[in-house]
Amino acid sequence: MTDAERPDAPAPADGADAGAPPGDPTATATARRRGRDPLAAALIGVLTLLLGFALAVQVRNADEAQMLAGAREEDLVRILDELDGREDRLRSQLADQRAALRELTGSDSRTATALQEARRRAEALGTLNGTLPAQGPGLTLTVRDPSDEVGVSDIIDIVQELRGAGAETMQVDGVRIGLSSAVTGQPGRLRVDGTPLRAPYEFVVLGEPQNMETAMFIPGGIVQSIERVGGTVEIAQSPALVVDALRPLDRPQYAAPDTGD
Amino acid sequence: MIPILGLAAGVLLGLLFDPTVPLWLQPYLPIAVVAALDAVFGGFRARLDGIFDAKVFVISFVSNVVVAALIVFLGDQLGVGAQLSTAVVVVLGIRIFGNAAAIRRHVFRA
Repeated sequence: MTDAERPDAPAPADGADAGAPPGDPTATATARRRGRDPLAAALIGVLTLLLGFALAVQVRNADEAQMLAGAREEDLVRILDELDGREDRLRSQLADQRAALRELTGSDSRTATALQEARRRAEALGTLNGTLPAQGPGLTLTVRDPSDEVGVSDIIDIVQELRGAGAETMQVDGVRIGLSSAVTGQPGRLRVDGTPLRAPYEFVVLGEPQNMETAMFIPGGIVQSIERVGGTVEIAQSPALVVDALRPLDRPQYAAPDTGD
Repeated sequence: MIPILGLAAGVLLGLLFDPTVPLWLQPYLPIAVVAALDAVFGGFRARLDGIFDAKVFVISFVSNVVVAALIVFLGDQLGVGAQLSTAVVVVLGIRIFGNAAAIRRHVFRA
């Protein structure tokens, strides 16, 4: 301190020789030049601006970091108490959330069961509706029609009779038959859902084969009525058939599902 | 005039934007600020002595900051960062005291 107060104390500062070295004959000239150099002025402005900025930022920063270091004992005890209370609250929250998690996990497995059930139903409905391929035992039924006499009603009769005998799904000449399938056209140029059929008409039907075959041969049934118009019917049972023609799923335009609440 | 305006504007900007100091800069910023303060005090004293030179001021400012940061960096690498930081702050503080004393003599003639 005393050293610093001595007027001739050798200033160890660069800052002191921030001017020209003492005794420099050009010192006064330099002093006169001061203020005339815009570049130097700008540099000084920028540097001091940076210094002020850094100073303010650092002060702010140190405030936050060293607030606790400068706090008194009572304050520290109070802060510690607050933190303890907060920890307790957070722990009880944690326990609540854990319980909720367990509950949700439990209901999740119930949901999974319900989802599985829904999937099974969707598959069954898709098979019936013709939107999913199906396989299983059944029979192939081939209708030959050399004289172009088998008409719309004969085809519909076959489909209805097969359904009545327990057919679950079927396709004819590669066209899946669904709930809303329509048979149109003239004998010899029949169409199912707009797709032309070509004789012989080959039905692939999934269902109990024996029941269906029996149903075809009942007196006055399909086989007899086809043979009456000059056609023939061949039926072959098979333990494994594939019905892989698909129907597009119609999206209801007007009706929407009721949410049920 | 310019340095005072610059300082004031910098402080205002710093308070206004209140940026977060990046982690890598945190050990160096306080040292750099002290070093720059030393240069500013030195410049002020030189001005009162009538020997102020803008070039010398700018160079001493920048070199002060760089050297201080380098010393701290070196200390960090050697594992004595905290001690070297303290050393730099002590030395710079002594110099600031010396410059402040010289300024005081100029201003108050005492």
